[in-house]
Amino acid sequence: MKQNLLAVMAKNSVLKTVSRSLVLSLTALAVGAANAEDTIKVGVLHSLSGTMAISETTLKDTMLMLVDEQNKKGGLLGKKLEAVVVDPASNWPLFAEKTRELLTKDKVAAIFGCWTSVSRKSVLPVIEELNGILFYPVQYEGEESSKNVFYTGAAPNQQAVPAVDYLMNDLKVKRWVLAGTDYVYPRTTNKILEAYLKAKGVSPKDIMINYTPFGHSDWQSIVADIKKFGSTGKKTAVVSTINGDANVPFYKELGNQGVSAEDIPVVAFSVGEEELSGIDTKPLVGHLAAWNYFMSIDTTKNAEFIKKWHEYIKDPKRVTNDPMEAHFIGFNMWVKAVEKAGTTEPDAVQKAIIGVEFPNLTGGIAKMLPNHHISKPVLIGEIQDDGQFLTVWQTNKVVDGDAWSDYLPESKVIIADWTPPINCGNYSTKTKKCSGQKY
Amino acid sequence: MRLFTLSRQCRLLGLTLLLLSGSAQVRAGDVFVDSLATLRQGSMAAREQAITDLAESGHIRTLTILQALLDGNLYELKQDGRLVIAHDNGQGYDLRDAVSNEAMPAVAKDDAGKINLTNKLRTLLRKTIGQLQLNANDPKLRLAAVNAMVKETDDKALELLASRLEKESDSAVREAIQLVFLLQDTESGHAKQRRIDAINALKSYDSQDAMNRFKALVEKNAEGAYLEPDADIRNLAGAALIGMNTRLNLYGALETLFFGLSLGAVLVLAAIGLAITFGVMGVINMAHGELMMLGAYTTYVMQLAMPENLGASVLLAIPAAFVIAGVTGIAIERGIIRFLYGRPLETLLATFGVSLFLQQTVRSIFSPLNRNVATPEWMSGSWRINDFLALTWNRFYILLFCLLVFAALLQILKRTRLGLEVRAVAQNRAMAKAMGIPTARVDAMTFGLGSGIAGVAGVALSQITNVGPNLGQAYIVDSFMVVVFGGVGNLLGTLIAGFSLGIANKVLEPYAGAVLAKILILVFIILFIQKRPRGLFPQKGRAAES
Repeated sequence: MKQNLLAVMAKNSVLKTVSRSLVLSLTALAVGAANAEDTIKVGVLHSLSGTMAISETTLKDTMLMLVDEQNKKGGLLGKKLEAVVVDPASNWPLFAEKTRELLTKDKVAAIFGCWTSVSRKSVLPVIEELNGILFYPVQYEGEESSKNVFYTGAAPNQQAVPAVDYLMNDLKVKRWVLAGTDYVYPRTTNKILEAYLKAKGVSPKDIMINYTPFGHSDWQSIVADIKKFGSTGKKTAVVSTINGDANVPFYKELGNQGVSAEDIPVVAFSVGEEELSGIDTKPLVGHLAAWNYFMSIDTTKNAEFIKKWHEYIKDPKRVTNDPMEAHFIGFNMWVKAVEKAGTTEPDAVQKAIIGVEFPNLTGGIAKMLPNHHISKPVLIGEIQDDGQFLTVWQTNKVVDGDAWSDYLPESKVIIADWTPPINCGNYSTKTKKCSGQKY
Repeated sequence: MRLFTLSRQCRLLGLTLLLLSGSAQVRAGDVFVDSLATLRQGSMAAREQAITDLAESGHIRTLTILQALLDGNLYELKQDGRLVIAHDNGQGYDLRDAVSNEAMPAVAKDDAGKINLTNKLRTLLRKTIGQLQLNANDPKLRLAAVNAMVKETDDKALELLASRLEKESDSAVREAIQLVFLLQDTESGHAKQRRIDAINALKSYDSQDAMNRFKALVEKNAEGAYLEPDADIRNLAGAALIGMNTRLNLYGALETLFFGLSLGAVLVLAAIGLAITFGVMGVINMAHGELMMLGAYTTYVMQLAMPENLGASVLLAIPAAFVIAGVTGIAIERGIIRFLYGRPLETLLATFGVSLFLQQTVRSIFSPLNRNVATPEWMSGSWRINDFLALTWNRFYILLFCLLVFAALLQILKRTRLGLEVRAVAQNRAMAKAMGIPTARVDAMTFGLGSGIAGVAGVALSQITNVGPNLGQAYIVDSFMVVVFGGVGNLLGTLIAGFSLGIANKVLEPYAGAVLAKILILVFIILFIQKRPRGLFPQKGRAAES
């Protein structure tokens, strides 16, 4: 028994030193010569190891680039910024611990981080208890608005709902497969979409809902089912909330079973440039994705951003994607708000940031709304074989993020408004009361 | 209007004949030049028109250009906007002028931009090319042309098909065209007898289109009244539908069996290396999955080394992966595990540490992102038996590969000296040692063999799933499950366990969903192990029972 304990301890300490040295070297990189006394610290809470490292490592690099750039411009409030990078290692409870560490030990002014909804949910109680600020850069299922969180990714009405509208109106889709990974984001999004489709007069027998475990790799029978479902002669489309690694085998199986994007298009909400860069794009060509940013969008702002990114990362092949833009907007909004408030004190920043505007990379202006979401354009693109998107549809103006979906009966009556007199993330317009629940 | 379509058709026919005869007459009209310009710069709607115009321009290069556009080989040169047909030569593009077909000096990749396509344009292209290719020499092209035209049949397409049918000699193409006409004949505009004949002829086809047609014939509207007024036709279609559904169920069962076997093959491949290290040697190797990951990365590296020859790189990756994973395995055994024999808990922890170490190493070398392993041409697509049954090639080859690996392993254990020694040590270590077998060396070799096979499994996995640092974790639990279920120390048990778990999973999946099916299988195995702790095929004999 004693031996076992020793082995565990040995392993732990090795891990700890490894991760600590990693963190140290990264922070050292970002800090440069700045003196610790007169710096403003910014926490970067993204997994650098484990399952989510694939997506989150890039966001860590993005944050370091943004901090670096701000320092070159002279910092903030006359002080240098300092990035504090921690590695929550794709381990959800560790996200909460690391948040506590960032807020109490490092005393960061704001945290930029999280990817999965479950990691955000585990950070919520800590960030509310210690009154911190979190910028969350990923598209998510909505049904949440915390005083301490700013959601710079898309809410369902900025991604899922417009995508369904496009399929319905432009591609004349009549039958719907809602396929997702079995966790909170797909389940909630599909609930909203199902209600939305039914409200649009789609009969329940024309909707097929399917959930698969994380990292599912054997798609044979599900793709065969989709094929059967789509063979009735009515135009069929798949709305995919399939997450992460499971996508590659899914598209491969579609290609192998002869389901082409022309017959049954798949519109995905979690497949972006970064994910496409690691896979053989042949079977994906022509399938769709809905985002608020594409690397292929041709604007001067976007070209500048891509150039800066390539210079910073020293690899001209690296791609940019939607959550990176969200961090770019979120960070700059925070900078503006701090300048406006004249302090990094959370309450003041939270008040100052509402209404702050910053230009999107794709044109149009993003604005921080009272519900802590931002306004974004919605783009739908077809995947090309170089791993980029060809925009086939976009909204003609920015869409305001809606925290509580209007298509679910229980959340229809709830609004979030963090300005007086309401000052609440879940105010019921029916009972005229704040539910008291914090998030 | 009628006259107009006829004349258009004549021109199309004329054009295709022209193409066939190989005559070099070039009728470069303004339409052709304008359409090409639109193809480069126009809006998507304008491009649609341009494709139709191109097809009607009668230019001799039309078909080549449209085909290149569909295949994604049509580029424009950035400097002068000239349209070229480009082929990737590794460093840049080999070019030919799209209009004159003359060879041009190769350019770097950044100097040419691809002409992009949307799904709408692709569908239109396929249809247009189909009409142009209906009279091609190759029957495969003709069949593809017919199938492309079936999706939206208009009068023009029907007339083209009718004239093709008269001179068609290939039976598959004839059948495909006849199906189109039979489907047309069932429509309500025709005489009753003609419709009845068509339904009778259609009922033996394994065709999705025929099935949909029958379904449409027995469909009711919102008030519950039949859409088809003629009761005879309805009844006939209903009866035909029942016959078709019976066949469909049979095909469905065959398909499920294939799915199950192929899932089973993946499970067996993943588990078979473990069956040796865990089953024969009794080492709980948590790094087994990472050895598979090494095999998958070997495939990736091989592919980088020989980008022109994908098929060969996958085949060569098999021995390479065996060696790399095998040597890593021997190193793990010599370096760590041999000090921990007989202490399963410590082995478990130590190998878990090794697995983390290997994962992070790969992450540092290859980045945390998944790596792109392409599937060779002969492993993509499916073997289409009919509309209702198609077997995918990659799964088919993996099933075959799994059986081959299993047979090879069995032969090694049965016929070679190493195999004899492995079996002797597994049965009774002390006695084997007494007989002069160098047990330490045999342990290392056995572990190397099991690890090498894990590497080989990784090559197969690289063809169906992501190649990334987490590849191994996804399979480790399944591997242990199969080995324990099959009976520790019994290779044949592993094979049967893998296949039966695969089939059970696939039979359950349509009813229970993927998540619940997995849970049910797990619960079943837990209950089964309670009842028979030694698995399906327990080892017998004094040594095993002691």
